[in-house]
Amino acid sequence: MGLLDGKKLLITGVLMDSSIAFHVARIAQNEGAEVVLTSFGRTMRITQTIAKRLPTTPEVIELDVTDAEHLDTLSDRLKEHIGSLDGVLHSIGFAPLGAFNFLEGTWEDVSTAIHASAYSLKALATATLPMLDRGSSIVGLTFDARFAWPVYDWMGVAKAAFESTNRYLARDLGPLGIRSNLVAAGPLRTTAAKSIPGFATFEDTWGDRAPLGWDVRDPDPAAQACIALLSDWFPATTGEIVHVDGGVHAMGQ
Amino acid sequence: MAQSEQEILEGLAEIVNEETGVDAKDVQPEKSFTEDLDIDSLSMMTIVVNAEEKFGVRIPDDDVKNLSTVGDAVKYIQNAQG
Ligand SMILES: NC(=O)c1ccc[n+]([C@@H]2O[C@H](COP(=O)([O-])OP(=O)(O)OC[C@H]3O[C@@H](n4cnc5c(N)ncnc54)[C@H](O)[C@@H]3O)[C@@H](O)[C@H]2O)c1
Repeated sequence: MGLLDGKKLLITGVLMDSSIAFHVARIAQNEGAEVVLTSFGRTMRITQTIAKRLPTTPEVIELDVTDAEHLDTLSDRLKEHIGSLDGVLHSIGFAPLGAFNFLEGTWEDVSTAIHASAYSLKALATATLPMLDRGSSIVGLTFDARFAWPVYDWMGVAKAAFESTNRYLARDLGPLGIRSNLVAAGPLRTTAAKSIPGFATFEDTWGDRAPLGWDVRDPDPAAQACIALLSDWFPATTGEIVHVDGGVHAMGQ
Repeated sequence: MAQSEQEILEGLAEIVNEETGVDAKDVQPEKSFTEDLDIDSLSMMTIVVNAEEKFGVRIPDDDVKNLSTVGDAVKYIQNAQG
């Protein structure tokens, strides 16, 4: 028996086979789930090709999470492929280059980062709400936003807003029986991470600080935590952040 | 199963054409992806993943950086097919 037998999931954020979402989709299928992916614009073709590397090739539908029309029509377009949903993975992050310079970042850069990376959790939740029943689960990915990090800058501020959005979603969707939780992953070598100038500085130190050690090339621990939160095994957990970082979050130095 | 350089060049030209609209005839070994064919990083990613599928090879990101011309890519793919 799989952990997600019979579950129907919407999984955003599969770009390459390095994407955290790719590994969530892979494990979800192996655990019995039916999966639909989203992608957008020029990355659609990449996602469609990468989707063929999953155990079963899923449907890929278009969703730019900052596009109001895409969001408004999402549940109707989804219904053509999948009748209802038991879970949604938000694995989306974007900030313009200017946002990675804290003192110089303009409001235009910062507002784009917050729109695509934080508000998008609420936007995705409300867009899929018509398809979510009691017991459904929303899961997103964060990078521990309690601290000021090197280079992360306004993306860190956007993640703080994202984490707060998760708590408000927990408040407002709880009465409907829908959970919302985040996984705070340690640094992983994905396309998004590699596009952050100087991200390698995290990679070098994380393994030394983590009591369990940390492998920037292994997305499975973060993906497995997403699977667990999407399953029925966290029925009374919402508004939570599960750290999957080798233990770095609990250390002083 | 290794393919000839010519077969790989033709297959690659087809992929480049589908992604960018550049005429397949213009995709020649000496052409630079960025300077001559005007291919940006997102198009390059698309071309790489489609080439991986078509030729049954893996081209890690760290290696993509070193593929500046079409000829570099053809040689890389041929070696990878071994
Ligand atoms: N890689 C890390 O070190 C790390 C650590 C902690 C958290 N995270 C988070 O994990 C999530 C997934 O990132 P990843 O590391 O797998 O990188 P990735 O580049 O593989 O995935 C990012 C995804 O965001 C999508 N995206 C960007 N803008 C979008 C938009 N407007 N609409 C829809 N989709 C959009 C991209 O298409 C891509 O699929 C992000 O939220 C990221 O912040 C990553």
